[in-house]
Amino acid sequence: MSSASDVLLDVRDLKVSFRTEDGIVRAVDGVSFSLRRGEVLGIVGESGSGKSVSMMTVMRLIIDPNAIFEGEVIYKGRDLMKLSQDEMRRVRGSEISMIFQDPMTSLNPVYKVGWQIEEQLHAHERLSKRSARARSIELLKAVGIPNAESRIDDYPHQFSGGMRQRVMIAMGLSCNPDLLIADEPTTALDVTIQAQILELIKRLRREFDSAVVLITHDMGVVADIADRVVVMYAGRIVEQGQKSQVFYDPQHPYAWGLLGSIPRLDRERTHRLPTIPGQPPSMLAVPAGCRFRPRCPQAFDRCAVEDPPLLERAGDGHLDACLLPVEAKRERRDATIRPVPAKGPA
Amino acid sequence: MLTFVVRRLIGTILVVFAITVLVFLIFFHTPGIDPARQLAGRNPNPGTIKLIRHQYGLDRPLPVQYVILMKKLFITRDLASYSNQGELVVPSLVAAAPVTLSLVIGAAVIWVIAAIGMGLAAAVLRGTIWDPILMILALIGISMPVFWLGEMANLVIQSRYHDFFLFSWVPPLGYTPLTSDPWMWFKQLVVPWLVLSVLYIGLYARVLRNSLLESENEDFVRTARAKGITERRVLFRHMLRTSLITFVSLFGLDLGVLIGGGALLAEVVFGLPGVGFLTYHALTSLDLPVIMATVVYGAIFIVIASALVDVAYAYLDPRVRLA
Repeated sequence: MSSASDVLLDVRDLKVSFRTEDGIVRAVDGVSFSLRRGEVLGIVGESGSGKSVSMMTVMRLIIDPNAIFEGEVIYKGRDLMKLSQDEMRRVRGSEISMIFQDPMTSLNPVYKVGWQIEEQLHAHERLSKRSARARSIELLKAVGIPNAESRIDDYPHQFSGGMRQRVMIAMGLSCNPDLLIADEPTTALDVTIQAQILELIKRLRREFDSAVVLITHDMGVVADIADRVVVMYAGRIVEQGQKSQVFYDPQHPYAWGLLGSIPRLDRERTHRLPTIPGQPPSMLAVPAGCRFRPRCPQAFDRCAVEDPPLLERAGDGHLDACLLPVEAKRERRDATIRPVPAKGPA
Repeated sequence: MLTFVVRRLIGTILVVFAITVLVFLIFFHTPGIDPARQLAGRNPNPGTIKLIRHQYGLDRPLPVQYVILMKKLFITRDLASYSNQGELVVPSLVAAAPVTLSLVIGAAVIWVIAAIGMGLAAAVLRGTIWDPILMILALIGISMPVFWLGEMANLVIQSRYHDFFLFSWVPPLGYTPLTSDPWMWFKQLVVPWLVLSVLYIGLYARVLRNSLLESENEDFVRTARAKGITERRVLFRHMLRTSLITFVSLFGLDLGVLIGGGALLAEVVFGLPGVGFLTYHALTSLDLPVIMATVVYGAIFIVIASALVDVAYAYLDPRVRLA
C-alpha cells in the first residue's frame, strides 16, 4: 500500500540534546516515524515530551549553539540535516511550513498582515508586487477571513486570536507546501474557535493536498483530524499506529492513561476524572529501563531493567514500547479504562 | 496616523502651557521671595526694583502677570537681563540655539550610526570573544564623564600633540557658523561631536544589543525564520525593526534634554557659545531672566522632542496609534 515514493518524510533515529550547566539533556531520544503524502499525523504527548523539539528540528529552527543533533530527516529523498543553511532556507516556508501555538505573538506586530504573507511569497517565488498581493488576498479568503481585500492592510493587533491563527495558516499555505507542521495550533484559542480552526485545517488539507503533522496534547484534536497517531513520552515514541488502532486498541499504559483522562459524554459520570499519577521524569535523570515505569500502575520487574524497544506487537503497523504481553495489556486496560467499544475505523 | 499626530500636537500645546505656568509660579510666587528683587540681579538699586515691579506688572493680579511674562518671552521678546547691562535675553538665546543644535545633532548622527553598528555587531557575534569586547568598550564609554573626556581631548589635541600630523588640522576652540564657513564649522565641531557621542554610543549599543537578543526569542522571529526568508532579512526587517522601538524612545528624550541645555558641560569645555554655555554663565552670575528664559525654551524643546518621538514611535509601532 505504501511504496517508497509515497513517503514524504522519513525521520530516522532523531536525537536532540542540549548542553546545560547541569549536564546534557536529551530532549528527543531516538525518534523514528514516516509520513506519506497527504497524510495527517498527530503527535501527542504532554509538555516536555519532545514533540515540538522534534518538529522544530525537522525544520532546523533550533539555533541554540548548545544543541546537538543526531539522526536523519529524509524529506523527498534528501537528508534535511545535511543541507546547507541556504538550501534549508529554500525548503522552509515553501516545501515545509510551520504554524505555531500562540497566534497572538507569532505575527510581527509592526507589519501589516498582507506584507507578512507577501514577504514569504517573495522569498520563494519570483512574482510582481501586484500578483503577490492578489495571491495574499486569495489566501486570506481561502482561510475564511471576511473582507480580505481591506483586511489585508490591517495590523495583527486588529485581528482576534482565531483570525490571527487563520492568517498564520494562510501564510503557512502561501507557497503550497507539501508538508504543514502545526504546533498546537488550537491550544491558545477558545473551544468554538478551536473547532473552526480544525475544520479549516481539514478542508485546506483536501484543497491544497498537503500532508500535516499536528502536534498537540489534546486527544480530542487527534481524534478529529489525524490518520495516524504517534504518542510520545519523555523524548521517545511509546506508541504509534493508525488512529483507530491507537484509539480503540491502545497498547501502552501511557496511552490508556491519556485516553482514560478524557471526559466522556457517552458514559455515566465518574466521581473524578482519572489522571496519570506523578510527573514526567527529569530529562537529566531518566529512569533506567522503561521511562514510564515510575508512573505506571502495570509495571513489573522486567520494566526496571529492560528498556522496551518500539516494536510491532499488537498487529499490522501498530507499534508500542511496552513489555507486557498483548493479551495481558488488553485485559488490564479494559479493567482500568474501558475503551470505546470498537465500532470499526472511523 | 494623522489623527494620532493631531492629538499629540494638542497634547504638546497643553503641556507647554502647563510648563510655562509652573515656571511662572516658581519664579514669581515662591513664598517669601520678592521676584522684582530677584530679577534685578546682584546689588540692585531701588530704582531698578521699582521699574521691574512696574514692567512685569507685579502689582497687578496673577493672570495678568503671567500674560505679561509670556508676552515678554514670546511676542515682544524684550525680556532684559539686569545684571548684564540690560542685554535682551531672547535674542541671545536665539543666537545660541544654532550652536547647540549643531553640536547635538552632529553628535546624535554619530551616536545613532555607531550604536546601531556596535549593537548589531555584538548581537550577531554573540558567543564569540567580540561580543564581550564590544560591550566592555561600551561600558568604558559610558563611564567616562564628558567634561573629563573633553578636557583630555583638549589637552592632547589642542596642546600637547597639536603638532602631530593627526591633530594639526584641528582649529582652536570656538564656533564658526555653518553659513559663513561650513568647512571650519565642521572642523571645529568634530572633536566635540565625538566626545559628546561617546557616552551615548556606549549606552545605546548596550540597549540595542539587549533588545536584539530579547527579540531573538520572540515568536514572530521564529515565524520569520520558518517562512524561509534570509537570516539577514530576519535580522534587519524583523529583529532590528522591533528593537528600534525602544531605541527611538530613548533617543528622543536624550536629544530633547541635550538641545534643551543638557549639553552644558560639553559646551563649556569646548568653548561653544550655545544654550548650555548661556545657562552656565547665567547660573554663575544669578542672572534670573536668562535662567527663566532658558528653562522655558529648554522645556519646550524637550516637549517638542518627546512629541516627535511619539510620532516616530507610532510610525514604528502601529499598536501605539490606537492609544
